[in-house]
Amino acid sequence: MTGLRYVYAVCRPLGAPLQAQLTGVVGAPVKQLPHHGLIAVVSEVPERDFAEEPLRAHLEDLDWLSATARAHQGVVDALTVVTTPLPLRMATVFRDDSGVRTMIESCEEHFRATLERLQGRVEWGVKIYLEAEQPQEATVAEPEPRAASGRDYLRRRRQQTMAREDVWEKAEAFATRLHEKLSAFAEDSRLHAPQNAALSGTAGRNVLNAAYLVPRAHSEEFVEVVDRTKDDAPGLRVELTGPWAAYSFAGELPQEGA
Amino acid sequence: MTVVERREIALVDLLDRLLAGGVVITGDITLRIADVDLVRIDLNALISSVNRQVPSPFEIPEVLS
Repeated sequence: MTGLRYVYAVCRPLGAPLQAQLTGVVGAPVKQLPHHGLIAVVSEVPERDFAEEPLRAHLEDLDWLSATARAHQGVVDALTVVTTPLPLRMATVFRDDSGVRTMIESCEEHFRATLERLQGRVEWGVKIYLEAEQPQEATVAEPEPRAASGRDYLRRRRQQTMAREDVWEKAEAFATRLHEKLSAFAEDSRLHAPQNAALSGTAGRNVLNAAYLVPRAHSEEFVEVVDRTKDDAPGLRVELTGPWAAYSFAGELPQEGA
Repeated sequence: MTVVERREIALVDLLDRLLAGGVVITGDITLRIADVDLVRIDLNALISSVNRQVPSPFEIPEVLS
């Protein structure tokens, strides 16, 4: 066995066993690596794909990226059934078990503090989309069959532009309001960059892409708050995803001098 | 009530979390430091390359979803 170690998450010792058949990236069985009262959840990955250089190349391959991301998420998802995992950034790979142990030792304090903070919490994702172009009837108050003059034409164009700006302003105001409301409910929040419509393949323009940290016990309430707001804004669509492991709240490691 | 029951998670939502979230154990540990052996990738570079290359090399909407 000369595989590298792919680390999915760090957790406290599990109170219940992992699913026996749980597999991770490249279909390898997932194992627990206990150290210093914490466990790293790991699986072996082949060096030819996960050493730095091939990894870099693979990350440009969307199919590979997708399969790896889904496998990673599958493991973290399975962990959320039995514990509150601290997920690591995708493709965190070590040479061997002792590399993983060294990592645990050097980050131990941070892991414990973060696990404490995240205990019993989940992440919900909320996105707001501006639906594709609104029908423009609304702006044409008095029917004008065709622009009689250049001035008419310009006036009409201006009305359309103003209508579009109005839509944007309303979308922004709605997004701000919803984000404030949800942030007040949640323990913490993060704003992700709006998603590129070409990548998401989703209709409409993404105007808010946020994540909220919510105690599992309050999740139902959170979902209701989101659901109740949904119909407040014609022309906008609110999408909820989750519950996720608290990926967006795992936090950066404090920089160490050496 | 529309509690999302889609089991198929959109790849973009996943990447938002896996590439922008999660604990980053880099920065102080890289391949360059002798006896620590974390293989590190620069995910920011990836993200920007994904954005930059929207028309290629990915044939976008069909592949995803």
